[in-house]
Amino acid sequence: MKKLVILGAGTAGTMMLNKLEPVLDKDEWKITIVDQFETHYYQPGFLFIPFGIYTPKDVVKPKRDFFPTGIEAIQSRIEIIEPDKNQVKLENGTVLNYDFLIVATGSKINPAETEGMKEDMWRKNIFDFYTIEGTTALSKFLKYWEGGKMVVNIAEMPIKCPVAPLEFVFLADWWFTEQGIRDKVDIEFVTPLPGAFTKPKASQVFGDFLDKKNIKLMPDFNIARVDHENNKIVSWEETTVDYDLLVTIPTNMGDDVIERSGMGDELNFIPTNKQTLQSDKWENVFVLGDATNLPSSKAGSVAHFQADILFDNIQSAMDGRPLKAKYDGHANCYIESGFGKGILIDFNYDTEPLPGKFPLPGVGPFSLLEETKMNHYGKMMFRWMYWNLLLKGAELPIESEMLMAGKRA
Amino acid sequence: MASREIAGVTVEFDDDNFMADHTAWNEAIAAELANEEGIETLTDRHIEIVQYFRNEFESIGTAPSIRKLNKSGVVPTKELYQLFPGGPAKKAARIAGLKKPQGCV
Repeated sequence: MKKLVILGAGTAGTMMLNKLEPVLDKDEWKITIVDQFETHYYQPGFLFIPFGIYTPKDVVKPKRDFFPTGIEAIQSRIEIIEPDKNQVKLENGTVLNYDFLIVATGSKINPAETEGMKEDMWRKNIFDFYTIEGTTALSKFLKYWEGGKMVVNIAEMPIKCPVAPLEFVFLADWWFTEQGIRDKVDIEFVTPLPGAFTKPKASQVFGDFLDKKNIKLMPDFNIARVDHENNKIVSWEETTVDYDLLVTIPTNMGDDVIERSGMGDELNFIPTNKQTLQSDKWENVFVLGDATNLPSSKAGSVAHFQADILFDNIQSAMDGRPLKAKYDGHANCYIESGFGKGILIDFNYDTEPLPGKFPLPGVGPFSLLEETKMNHYGKMMFRWMYWNLLLKGAELPIESEMLMAGKRA
Repeated sequence: MASREIAGVTVEFDDDNFMADHTAWNEAIAAELANEEGIETLTDRHIEIVQYFRNEFESIGTAPSIRKLNKSGVVPTKELYQLFPGGPAKKAARIAGLKKPQGCV
């Protein structure tokens, strides 16, 4: 029997498992998936928890619900990956040998990377919303907050779901309005980027939204430390920003096992071919989703588009054929803009988010880079699609390759 | 793409005003580029870091990140910001004659 091992049963790993399981010959291939946790989180839902739109129970399901029968699923921490020996050692003592390895160990926040962040005030007036614990704690804090200055800060790029911090401030503006305390809250968006977003056209549009919603933008701010005793964030150039409530997007890093295994860069992301998704170093290792060092967004939509490419390429590799499928950097993001509206962006490595229409058979079209109610419904509908179609590896009516149809250059 | 004279030679620059060909670089050009970035004198320490940028670029095809410079002991982040105020990764790459570092989305 030949062996395929998938490390990580998050969005990327689970999706890949469900795509490959039906097509690999069961007499020839044994598939094993490894993850240390039992629960699958619908991470896009974390954004909604502080504002009471979702509760924690809306975003959890057992991972096992998404594992097909006939595969081996192991719940264990991974001790080390030894790609030169084609093996993976698990904490429970198991040694897994493989013919092909898919690494989908994701990305997570590391607040301890910034001095003063994860200390006395962590989850007292400093919160993240990228973990279930963080977003739930923030939700409890906001429930009783009477106002003051809320600072939302991105520690450094890249981060998972780069639009989420913007969505957070847009939703906060709406939520404080609903609570009747918007006039008692100052919101400031503090980012290391030169503007509201990375790409020029979208940055302009989002910058205008911030203005319109009376949210202050502080660009080019590279945080050096949190002065948690005096409620200030301090940049490397000694610029300071005061806060009463700090919502931080801490440094995002790949899993520690990548560092232990010597497979990653300085952020524990794995050097990966940006088109084929093959590891730069090992021919029989492929990397999917947030675990890569690709210059694409770290997001579920990206993992989904990449999965289509990897599905072709890993089968080619198994057959000893050249890798023909090429990932173009496609990402597609619904951005909540508050008051029941949303914005949609669609882009890839070479084409920045453009205005226009986004055709989606059966449902669309959606407006691009423009605020509409329809885009908000698209976002809300997505949770159902995620649990029922996406994770199960079903085809969605959206191409993995970015299309120019409808876009205005 | 535009060519202009700098430090006595004609050099080509891309649309981001970064040198189009890093092999056409020399220290005299670096000094001029540093002036354009608001750095009056290029010290030995500047040159050391700029050289590290060039070596990294030649060996792995991209300029190093601030985090890598700190982690590998080349230069602590605090000092890097003092040497290249207001955007060290971008400024050092430009002075080193390299392409604009890729922003991430």
